Amino acid sequence: MTKVAQISCGTEYSGIQWMLDDIAGRVGIELVYPEMELSKVELACKELGFVAESPSLNMMMARAVSMLDDPTIKGALLLTCFRCAEGTIAKDMVRRFLHERTDIPIISYSNVEKPKEIEIFSRLEALKTMITRKALLMREKQEGITIGVDSGSSTTKVVVMRDNEIIGEGWLPTTDPVKSADDAIEAALKEAGISGKKVDAIGVTGHGRELVSEHVKADLNLEEVSVVSKGAALLSKRHKGDATVIDIGGMNNKLILMRDGIANTFNLGGICGGSSGRFLEVASHRLDVDISKLGQLAMKSKVKKGEGEFELQSYCMVFGIQSLVVALASGVKREDVAAAACRSVAEQVYENQIQEMEIRPPVIFVGGVSLVEGVKREFEDMLGVEIIVPPYSQHAGAVGIATLVSGV
Amino acid sequence: MKVLVYPPNSMILSDLVERGGHEAVVLMKEIGEHVRDAEIDAPPINITEDDLKRALRYVSVEEPAGLKGRIGLLAPLLEKAEASIILSDAPPTFGCMGCAVADEFFKFLIRKREIPTLEVKYEGGEKMDEMVSAIMKFLARLSGEEKK
Repeated sequence: MTKVAQISCGTEYSGIQWMLDDIAGRVGIELVYPEMELSKVELACKELGFVAESPSLNMMMARAVSMLDDPTIKGALLLTCFRCAEGTIAKDMVRRFLHERTDIPIISYSNVEKPKEIEIFSRLEALKTMITRKALLMREKQEGITIGVDSGSSTTKVVVMRDNEIIGEGWLPTTDPVKSADDAIEAALKEAGISGKKVDAIGVTGHGRELVSEHVKADLNLEEVSVVSKGAALLSKRHKGDATVIDIGGMNNKLILMRDGIANTFNLGGICGGSSGRFLEVASHRLDVDISKLGQLAMKSKVKKGEGEFELQSYCMVFGIQSLVVALASGVKREDVAAAACRSVAEQVYENQIQEMEIRPPVIFVGGVSLVEGVKREFEDMLGVEIIVPPYSQHAGAVGIATLVSGV
Repeated sequence: MKVLVYPPNSMILSDLVERGGHEAVVLMKEIGEHVRDAEIDAPPINITEDDLKRALRYVSVEEPAGLKGRIGLLAPLLEKAEASIILSDAPPTFGCMGCAVADEFFKFLIRKREIPTLEVKYEGGEKMDEMVSAIMKFLARLSGEEKK
């Protein structure tokens, strides 16, 4: 069991502690509460430079300080209630404090009373990988011939790599995950011009990885956070120093902070489809433009920010699209509507995820939505930094797992 | 009389109420009932969906989960209380609920019930005697009212 410190302010009162313990047990994590003397609480608050009104938040900060004295703790899970203003401030202070003092992986989560099990499971699973597979995650080069399969919720991506180069790719909509993976592998091998027998190893990641992994008898099956960040580091050749990865896929998104090519903190979306590629798919359908051309259409918009640009009235997949249709009917130009759709996705990712964590330049944008130029431009406007979209950015997951499996 | 104390998990206040001849309404009993309920499996303190729903009688659905859970747990105390003692500015070791907003809101709910209530400030050192004396006088007054 891997020891992870739970730094929180009272999840037992939210009625979710049993779920946290249960999921942690299933992924091989033991959640522990760093002990400290009550007299140390005041000192800890001084060290962090913040005193909360809530005694439990002060205790939470003291636990964070106390955690540093326990070398058996390998990771931290920071939790406060969703919508708690004071809790959010304290949690952010603790996260920054721990990042300054230690290199252990940290994840933050704002809990509601009925969290989705998959949300907690995927976070703890990723945390476990970051702790226990660090040696593997340090790999910076793909060797031999390997296949990487990213069985995503919307599309299945496959790459065939040989000595750190992509020689074949397959990209198909995910219907039956196994069949989609088979077809995409076949397409990638065909493009690479090699037979499956010559492949040294195969790795699988993504939502459908358990099923696909068993079917293809994968040599490595890993969760997406560690894999996508590795793929992003590899594709953008950023193996040293800090970096931020934004990954927006068909149905969910991730914000990952990396250090030396390895994820060390992250935030997962997935609460709302309005911040995913699916929203842009629906928007492009209503605009009667192929999704691959939506970004170019958005780039034609000449209306500058603050100069009466059209904005969707809602981030919601239903009401946002309704607003889009009404705009078209009232004569707003298609390119301005396309730009508004891109801005809506970027803004939602910014408001729900980026603002909860800091941005560590350079920012690497991957996932299918990274190919929509309009979204990249909106992120650049919003964050004020240049966004890197590396070649094969949509294949970051597949490239990551193809690289990692070559080290198994 | 059933006397609710704040902080609701204060052993000292609970003891004073019992010594004053009344029944202390405290959180420990409520949590004890939850924990001993073999039907519930939500450790460590068995907060259930029912507790969270009960809180909605008092708080908005938009409130944070931990606040709802705390108020849901405290609501039965509030409903059975016939009198109350609110001790303010107590150190965390005296008994605490942890969440400042839940604490403030719970005190507001107690005041809103308009039951006989003593509000007393926590005093340490020599002034502790005065604090205890004020509480005992209040409890004696409650006994008198009960006899009437």
